[in-house]
Amino acid sequence: MQMLRRDWYHDDAPASRFQANAGRFYRAGGLLMRNPLAVLGGAIILLLVLTAAFAPWIAPYSAVGQDLSARLLPPSAQHWMGTDELGRDILSRVIYGARITLMIVALVAVISAPLGLIIGAVSGYFGGLVDKVLMGITDVFLSMPKLILALAFVAALGPGIENAIIAIAITAWPAYARIARAETLTFCQADFIGATRLLGASHGRIILRHVLPLCTSSMIVRVTLDMAGIILTAAGLGFLGLGAQPPLPEWGAMISRGRVFILDQWWVATMPGFAIILVSLGFCFLGDGLRDVLDPKQGGKS
Amino acid sequence: MPAVPRSSTLPALALRRARSFAVPLAGFLLLTALTFLGLLAITFFIGRVVPIDPVLAVVGDRATQEQYEAARQAMGLDRALVVQFVDYVWQVMQGDLGRSVSTNRPVVEDLARVFPATLEMATIGIAIGVALGVPMGVWAAARQGSWVDQVIRVLALLGYSVPAFWLGLVGLAIFYAGLGWVAGPGRIDIFYDGIVPPVTGLLLVDSLIAGDTGIFMNALSHIALPAAILGFFSLAYIARMTRSFMLDQLSQEYVVTARVKGLPEWRVIWIHAFGPIRVPLITVIGLSYAGLLEGSVMIETVFSWPGIGNYLTVALLNADMNAVLGATLVIGAVFIFINRISDVLYRVLDPRSR
Repeated sequence: MQMLRRDWYHDDAPASRFQANAGRFYRAGGLLMRNPLAVLGGAIILLLVLTAAFAPWIAPYSAVGQDLSARLLPPSAQHWMGTDELGRDILSRVIYGARITLMIVALVAVISAPLGLIIGAVSGYFGGLVDKVLMGITDVFLSMPKLILALAFVAALGPGIENAIIAIAITAWPAYARIARAETLTFCQADFIGATRLLGASHGRIILRHVLPLCTSSMIVRVTLDMAGIILTAAGLGFLGLGAQPPLPEWGAMISRGRVFILDQWWVATMPGFAIILVSLGFCFLGDGLRDVLDPKQGGKS
Repeated sequence: MPAVPRSSTLPALALRRARSFAVPLAGFLLLTALTFLGLLAITFFIGRVVPIDPVLAVVGDRATQEQYEAARQAMGLDRALVVQFVDYVWQVMQGDLGRSVSTNRPVVEDLARVFPATLEMATIGIAIGVALGVPMGVWAAARQGSWVDQVIRVLALLGYSVPAFWLGLVGLAIFYAGLGWVAGPGRIDIFYDGIVPPVTGLLLVDSLIAGDTGIFMNALSHIALPAAILGFFSLAYIARMTRSFMLDQLSQEYVVTARVKGLPEWRVIWIHAFGPIRVPLITVIGLSYAGLLEGSVMIETVFSWPGIGNYLTVALLNADMNAVLGATLVIGAVFIFINRISDVLYRVLDPRSR
């Protein structure tokens, strides 16, 4: 039975689209599992997702409940990461903060990756003037410092976590557009695209159904690798007081609150930082592993 | 330098050389101008289109009705967007970035005052990054899999995943509060402030010009930690890139030839293999220098460093839109300029593109 399933995954002539896709995922997954760092990265991300999902059950205390008699306690058996200036348990806040980080990361990816994909695919597919204009805009955004651009957008939109997400998404799409365009150019002259066109498919259909799916694997790699940077930018905005607003337990904002106490109560500011580093590292590891599996052209270089 | 063919006279040669510089120069100027225009379009968009009420964003919510109307008139918001944009470009080209509501001075003056502090810190940061990163990268490539190689791998990963502001705080807690090796936040101790006449605006240089070693040492002690942290981030990037360039070179056949000839290993590495990677390294260093100007925003906030990053964040918190856009524009312009310069240097210095 076990052998049979393996054969089904590895079938050279898959009977259905489902079987072909399942086989592809199976082989990629197998390769990924052989890379220890990628597995570690995947485990960290899984931990993040589980922590976010089950925060109320995992966290020993409430994230917002104040207890002024227990303020600024050092790490101990009761409070593994100590307490902050309002007596809130830092570990609990870090656990609830996983929700915010996950939300930011997911929303930025959901907004910026499709935007970049469509702009890049349209640009590469049509070429000519459309290409020149779209890529010109992309290049201007690319040549701007990302963090500064995000800061300026937040300044105009007003502080807050939604606006921070929008601002980061605005600065993240150009890189994806570049990749999608390059991918599109490599196969937009291919016979299967020409055949689809002869069958009378519209431009929109060709781009959506035939061009975009082929860009997704390199896009997944790039988005995963960018996640660390997105987390750092979001935390930076939170640190500057422009992202998530108190009392939301956002990690960057928590570090910012702990800034005042850094010289005497070091744990208030340092603990959330470890969470940021752990999650960023997780995305780096997973992204590197995915790149080796899904995008072998890029891999092996660094 | 290839041998000069006999037929080509000196003027012809000079012309050819001039052309090899002029063509990239023209392309450089055109591309730079277009990118600057794009940058201006972005700041214009952020300043005038994104806010629901751009007048309020400029004058702040404490303004009276008269101030509000005056600002609205002055900004020309009753006219078409295209006209406003042309006006805006014209103003910026004349060096007018508007007035800051929090300092009540022209933004250009403010920026000129704070920029040297950032420049000083970023320059020392990049010097640290280059001085350590390049040899480390070369070493890691020459001894692949050794401990230096592993250290660089870890450093590169940390460079991607550690928040700069967090590292700054931890650094302050350890090296300032704990060990007392460096001075705390700020550029200089308060009782030294404003003694040295500002010549260049760079405190380290100014104190040397004034011949005051006490102030120099104090300023050095203040700049050491923030510059080292900036240096860490550029080191991580530079070392990784150097390593990857060197690995490319060391796998080539001419390196084998050089070894077979019996050249000592240091000669093979530093003279033969290092030679060709100098040009791409310039681009990498340029990029990370520009990146440090950006990274200094966070570091300056942590260290209360009176530079452009600190100016920007203070302006952000006060919703001082002219100052925000002015700082964005200047940082963006410097960023683009360094990018373009390293791009052109690459073309001019790389023999293949002549």
